Amino acid sequence: MTAMRFRQAIVTALSDEMESDERVILFGEDVAAAEGVFKTSEGLFDKFGPVRVRDTPISEMAFTGAAVGAAMMGMRPVIEIMFMEFLGVALDQLVTEGAKMHYLSKGEYTVPMVVRASCGAGLGFGTQHSQTLENWVAATPGLKVIEPSDAQSAYSLLRAAIQDENPVMFLESRILYAERGEVDTSLKMEIGKARVLQEGSDVTVVALGNMVNVARDAIADAKVSADLVDLATLVPWDRETVLNSVKKTGRLIVVEESPWSGGWGSEIISTATTEAFSALKCAPFRITAPDVPVPYNGTLEARYIPSAVHVSAALKAAVESNQVLKPWWITEGVSK
Amino acid sequence: MMTSLERRNALKGNELAWYERMLEIREFERRTNELFAAGLIRGTTHLCVGQEALDIGLATTLNPDDVLAATYRSHGVALAFGLSSHSVMAEIMGKATGCAGGVGGSMHMCDSTVGLLPTSAIIGGGMPIAVGAALAFQVQKKKNVGVALFGDAATNIGAFHESLNLAAIWKLPVIFVIDNNVYGEYTRIDLSTPIEDLHLRAASYAMPSIKVDGMDVYAVQASMQEAVDRARRGDGPTLVEAKTYRFSGHSRADQALYRPAGELEHWQKRDPILLTEQALIKKGILDQAKIEAMKTKIVNLVDSAITQAQADPEPSAKDMFSNVFKEMRK
Repeated sequence: MTAMRFRQAIVTALSDEMESDERVILFGEDVAAAEGVFKTSEGLFDKFGPVRVRDTPISEMAFTGAAVGAAMMGMRPVIEIMFMEFLGVALDQLVTEGAKMHYLSKGEYTVPMVVRASCGAGLGFGTQHSQTLENWVAATPGLKVIEPSDAQSAYSLLRAAIQDENPVMFLESRILYAERGEVDTSLKMEIGKARVLQEGSDVTVVALGNMVNVARDAIADAKVSADLVDLATLVPWDRETVLNSVKKTGRLIVVEESPWSGGWGSEIISTATTEAFSALKCAPFRITAPDVPVPYNGTLEARYIPSAVHVSAALKAAVESNQVLKPWWITEGVSK
Repeated sequence: MMTSLERRNALKGNELAWYERMLEIREFERRTNELFAAGLIRGTTHLCVGQEALDIGLATTLNPDDVLAATYRSHGVALAFGLSSHSVMAEIMGKATGCAGGVGGSMHMCDSTVGLLPTSAIIGGGMPIAVGAALAFQVQKKKNVGVALFGDAATNIGAFHESLNLAAIWKLPVIFVIDNNVYGEYTRIDLSTPIEDLHLRAASYAMPSIKVDGMDVYAVQASMQEAVDRARRGDGPTLVEAKTYRFSGHSRADQALYRPAGELEHWQKRDPILLTEQALIKKGILDQAKIEAMKTKIVNLVDSAITQAQADPEPSAKDMFSNVFKEMRK
């Protein structure tokens, strides 16, 4: 076990994969000489050189598509989209080209590529640099989506993503980059397997990325007996683990950082409601951000992100009286 | 039954085979149009009539282990690259025996044995992918090239400019081929683009460019050879602009009524098949009797491909679920 920051876990995973497989190449904006704006490629240019670690122009469409083409020709490219929003100008290449090549070639071509992107609010980057945007990519058959919650899962899942034969979107909660954690570099994690981080009897809390940490704090604060399920992989998500937990606890709360409407948590709730209906003691519900762009002002941004205080209140309402806590903007009367 | 690779290799150094394959493409498109009109094929189709010289020019200068990212105007290029009329027609008909197993359709042809990447139905979609293939060849120290084939209208989309820029700074073995057939969907090029010679855009990326008569298979080969040689030498990308003309409308629904009077007739005098025919007659290797025999052979070949494709099975429901993801070995 080694203590390292989340961003160092990313660097270590990249380095270990590049060392063990010469087909792995890394490119993106400022990933080489500058070692990544979030220092997620520290030392890699020096170690692996300019053929395998490359700075690109600010040209997401070209380099995302270049990853698709290189992957089809036998490489294992990892690209960095500095802020998840920047994928918007390149989405065609990932969603409509990359994710379709295996299908359209009767399986003759494979696209083993990883698109890393930082995401999420909390650092004052404003409306266009703070979204999570999982739902841009989560409804694309042919594309896997991963979002780790700590240094260990960042390390193990990034290695698994690079080894995967398919295109993988790897979302990194930006606010976690500086967080420290213990990492066992021999620990393998499987894509599509949720992590049950703590076990309890009264409620299942499902979360992703940094919301896992918010949920953990909330469970401690509320002093409830909860299963904390870190989904870790959003596509394909681990139905079995979630459903088994919900059948055991009878209650389900999903905590997600994306806006209220159209978020991935609705998918979890929908499946659990249909598949575990008879086990439910309380209506499953989500705690999300409101349907607004991410505000810059620090106080407002803190309110935008689901907080441990709010999740704790929701947990108590559910466990103690089978009540659904409405979103704060409704209870406070600031919005509908 | 020849494989795609055998059909591709059959073109090698055989001018009569180029001519014959051009006839096959023309006849294939004629029949495709008929089948659509008769309601026997669903969806849409984009014919390449008039552009056969470019498809053959590409297929005869590239090696089967080079790769091509082409577009939804895909039937001709697929046939030129070696796919059989049966394989392409079965795909258009959505049959299990089609080159994409029937899940692709008219716009998505593919065959990895001859380097035909799945053709893209997105304008500009294939260019970054060709760049990436070239990046792989460069890293792997292979002598192969990546080629992107796209229409004139694609030179106004961001992917074109981003791809040329990236290819230029990384000096990648990639060739960008503009099939300038004068129309972007229903709009004449002069209404959408302020310059007539699109290859001039390469200058912005300090990239060599070539303008070529896309109706002349020999001219296409010469310019492609120059670009391919440059790429294989490690001297980077080239932008080739082939001046062609789309004899049909954009897609099935388009009767091309917006064409100025006489434009089509003007270009038909430069029909690539006619030009090839004249060249071969002049060389003394083709005569009227041979032409008639070849045409009869091709009509029968395409006809039997259609009959076979029509009789072929539909894909099963299970096939729909195949190849969404590559399964991982445990």
